[in-house]
Amino acid sequence: MSAHLILRVVAKLLIPLILIFGFYVHFHAKYAPGGAFQAGVILASALILYALIFGMDAARKAVPPWAARVVLALGAFIFAAVGFVSLFFGENFLDYNVLLPTDYRAQYLGIILVEIGVLMTVTAVIIAIFYAFAGRSPEITDEDW
Amino acid sequence: MTDAYFLPAAIVAHAPALLVAVPLILSTVAAAIPSGRAAWGLAFVSAMVALLCAIELFLGTRGEYAIISYAMGGWEPPYGIEFRIDGLNAALLLLLSSTGLLALLFALPSVADEIDKRKQSLFYAAFLLCFAGLSGVAATGDAFNLFVFLEISSIGTYAIIAMGHQNDRRALTASFNYLVMGTIGATFFVIGIGFLYMATGTLNMADIAQTIAAQPGNRVVEVGFAFILVGVGLKAALFPLHLWLPNAYAFAPNFVTTFLAATATKVAFYVIIRFSFDVFSIDSGFVQNTLTYVVTPLAISGMIVASLQALFQSDARRLLAYSSVAQVGYMLLGLGMATAAGVAAGSLHLLNHALMKGALFMALGAFAYCYGVRRIDDLKGLGQAMPFTSAAFTIGALSLIGVPFTAGFVSKFYLIQAALDNDWWWAVVAILAASVLAVFYCYRMLVTIWVNPAPTEGLLPNGHIRKVPLLITVPLWVLALANLYFGTNAGFMVDMAQTAAQAAINGGVS
Repeated sequence: MSAHLILRVVAKLLIPLILIFGFYVHFHAKYAPGGAFQAGVILASALILYALIFGMDAARKAVPPWAARVVLALGAFIFAAVGFVSLFFGENFLDYNVLLPTDYRAQYLGIILVEIGVLMTVTAVIIAIFYAFAGRSPEITDEDW
Repeated sequence: MTDAYFLPAAIVAHAPALLVAVPLILSTVAAAIPSGRAAWGLAFVSAMVALLCAIELFLGTRGEYAIISYAMGGWEPPYGIEFRIDGLNAALLLLLSSTGLLALLFALPSVADEIDKRKQSLFYAAFLLCFAGLSGVAATGDAFNLFVFLEISSIGTYAIIAMGHQNDRRALTASFNYLVMGTIGATFFVIGIGFLYMATGTLNMADIAQTIAAQPGNRVVEVGFAFILVGVGLKAALFPLHLWLPNAYAFAPNFVTTFLAATATKVAFYVIIRFSFDVFSIDSGFVQNTLTYVVTPLAISGMIVASLQALFQSDARRLLAYSSVAQVGYMLLGLGMATAAGVAAGSLHLLNHALMKGALFMALGAFAYCYGVRRIDDLKGLGQAMPFTSAAFTIGALSLIGVPFTAGFVSKFYLIQAALDNDWWWAVVAILAASVLAVFYCYRMLVTIWVNPAPTEGLLPNGHIRKVPLLITVPLWVLALANLYFGTNAGFMVDMAQTAAQAAINGGVS
């Protein structure tokens, strides 16, 4: 357990900062460049760093592959569900104005909900892609060559 | 807003959105659940909803230039995204959702057979994305939104084609090939949209149409048209941009081939019609010239060359895939005539071709399910072993040739008539020559099927043979009988195609 001590200590220090920076990029997107796509990649990169330093098994314990799959579906579901909510209020698909009485606040809320959905999906998709590549066992054995 | 026909008015008002949104939201649910059967149920429900909405919209657009417009998110067009249904895309949506539903019936046994249990729900999620994307392309009235839906459907398509890898690893390279070419096509398309946006400052297709009518001879607009035609031509498998198609159809799971053959190239073909006649005007010289001197020669060479290539295939689905490229040539020939009759004939062939290729690929799927056969030589004697499936296959093949009393005859008849109206006798020669080639390649398969003793064992592992499940027989015969029905009572289809052509040529300025 003493191998790569510096790497492990630095990673433990960095990962929370990366996560906070990810959320900063997400929620600060109104004032500065950024948004759910960039933030999702940053959040996922925290887990990738964790997997690189502590190994795939630890990463899989932290975020199980099934969780990545559910979250990626759930994010897209939230996006679509916001659209359906406006349908149930009798307005057109994705019309955020129904969410709150004041129009501009409602538009705000709508876009925040949608962005949260996007953030979840992007994060989970990057993680799922990483798992798919990193967890891939060679399908051709040495004898087959 | 039009009157509701049979659905509640509250649903009808949102039918254009539901058509796309229901498959999209259910695809996310399908991706999250582990059960393949439940995912199939979700897919079936979405196809059902889409079909009901499509019928409702179809009835709603029967009137003279009736257009149903839907403002996404309450943002009025041309500023927001508009879904715009007229006679042209209502017919396409009806085709899309009905063939989608029939193909899904077939999917339950076929997918359970061909795809790993753990991946089935993801497979249906990808299928639903593809389905939603195709419906979106057909429904939207916004050029950039059309690009987005084209990409959604393409990404779903790449995934479901690659799922054929459990039967044949070549599905992976076929899918990758399609991915590369499809992405190039999408890039060309979006560059074309960029040029149009530069020239017009709008993305709404009806708005673009009005703006570019006011600036004739604008080179930027003409370049934009060229890019769009090449980009969508790639998706539509316009010869010689069809290279991705034969492998993709030959190695995809049977259900995917059936669905794609009946829908995917059709939707791209619709986009070509929409842009050539509705967004751009046929009155402008460059569209007319492009259709006459570029599209028509390519269509005719596609008809002849692809039919010749079909003759020399050993894989049954590959043969039919090459024949599909040839059939796209027929449709584009109708388009190249640039007359209402030509476009109507092309659209009619589009609808009929979906029926015949749907039946043919589904029958091949049944053969593969029961006997595990894929090569033409292995079809030997299946006419004795599976007479009903083989009969349906034969009806499809006869329709493909264009034998009287089948749907294929009607559309070829209208195509020849439209060509004669234009004094294009050489086009008639090409149609007949390609039909003769179709006789040869269909003959080859039919003889192998019928004139041989029944095989004693299948090619499935340990040689056993399965019975045809009802869920394959029913949709197969629905399609086969539709070929016969629309061959003898062509009125409905012809009317649909003519309304579509009218909407394409006169639309936009409603």
